[in-house]
Amino acid sequence: MDKVILAEELSLAYNSEETIISKANFSVASGDFVFITGASGSGKSTLLRSFYGALRPENGSLIVGGVEVNNISSSKLNFLRRHIGIVFQDYKLVKDWTIGKNVALPLIINGYAKDVSDIQVDKLLNHVKLSHKIEKYPQELSGGEQQRVAMARALAHNPILILADEPTGNLDDYSSRLIWNLLEGANTQLEATVVIVTHHIPEDLAVDYKHFNIEGGTVYEIN
Amino acid sequence: MRSIKNHLSLIIALFSIVFTMQIYIVIDRTVVAYEKDLNDNYSVVVVTKNKVAPKKLVALSPTISSAKEISTKEVLSNLQSQMKQRHIDLLKLSLPHFYALHLDHYPTPSELQNLRKQLKRDTQITRIEDFSKSHDSIYTLLLLYKSISILFAIGIFAVTSLLIIKEMRIWQFQHNERMSIMAMFGAPVWMRSAVLFRLAIVDAIIASILAIATFSYADFIKVGNEQLTSIGINIQIFDLVGDGILIVGLALSLSIILATLIVIGHKEEV
Repeated sequence: MDKVILAEELSLAYNSEETIISKANFSVASGDFVFITGASGSGKSTLLRSFYGALRPENGSLIVGGVEVNNISSSKLNFLRRHIGIVFQDYKLVKDWTIGKNVALPLIINGYAKDVSDIQVDKLLNHVKLSHKIEKYPQELSGGEQQRVAMARALAHNPILILADEPTGNLDDYSSRLIWNLLEGANTQLEATVVIVTHHIPEDLAVDYKHFNIEGGTVYEIN
Repeated sequence: MRSIKNHLSLIIALFSIVFTMQIYIVIDRTVVAYEKDLNDNYSVVVVTKNKVAPKKLVALSPTISSAKEISTKEVLSNLQSQMKQRHIDLLKLSLPHFYALHLDHYPTPSELQNLRKQLKRDTQITRIEDFSKSHDSIYTLLLLYKSISILFAIGIFAVTSLLIIKEMRIWQFQHNERMSIMAMFGAPVWMRSAVLFRLAIVDAIIASILAIATFSYADFIKVGNEQLTSIGINIQIFDLVGDGILIVGLALSLSIILATLIVIGHKEEV
């Protein structure tokens, strides 16, 4: 299987000083469903940020979607990000845009025609059970609803890779279950590779998954 | 509502800037018109023994724009009732020649002194009257007007800078997060900044229209016209084409500079 993420001797650091991840070697294959766990401050989110180029490796090599992230140009980075869907713990929705426009963001960036984009947004909002709130603004929604919108946005452009940073961290059981279902669906139905940073792996997952843990700057796989 | 609020903050800032700039233009125009009026009504009078060609007098100093002989006919005709024609004819022969010298600008006291020196070098000239006493007091008044207008310009610059810095902080806060989120999904720089530039251009146009409408109305109802005319100044408060282009240009430039600074200073937060 193709490798969507390949890390060799990967080291990550804050401000080129404090090493967070040291000489990590791992890979994520296309279609994998991956959890990254670790204690608070262990570097889970930092590792995830490096996958979409928000943090460059200090040493070693990191290849995402066939593109080496180490010295990636801004145009190549934009190209890579157009094939990734990201879900953040704090949702990161554009506050002065409606829910509909927030979900349409990756479609606009990828140059979809408006009518195609409208159909896709309707479909996704229906899927996350928020089609009746298409004209609302993020602050008019609950935390769970906002995370469902962020989820719909991450799936909108059928990305090859979905990265989720503590996607259910602040959510109630109902919204959490909905988010897990959506992530599983993206993996099984859309064949997207899913990488999730979390403290807690749900017990009732319907997919097989890989599990990496980070401890003392070392990334290792748990079988 | 949120959108209107976002627009209003920049529109008000830009309107204040272009409004004060136009006020400065009107003040400057008044000072220039006053200076021109002073210059039009000012001339140095020289007396010569013999008749001199006005061209020769003009050549004496580069500040002299024209020279004209002052006719003595009127003075002599006043004397006709009191003197015999024979005496008047004799007087005519012995009378010196008077010339009014017009200058290309209203001179400073030192320029006037220089001019006096230059004129004195000509042996034909026997007397120079430059009305220096009244000239100096009028010139002081003109300097005062000019200083006020320069102070006003400095004030505008300070207010403009403060407003722009304040707006920049507000805009950074408003737009940074959206630009970062767009960057996370691979939007190129032009796309991330497009919203910002569109907003900046629309707001600049709205602020310009408001300022143009305000000054066109002020020009139409002739605000301050009576007072200015009473001191001999006739100026146009607002020139729709010239001033209009300047207002639109300034508002557009400022808002585009502001948007560019935000784009340059943008840092990914995610």
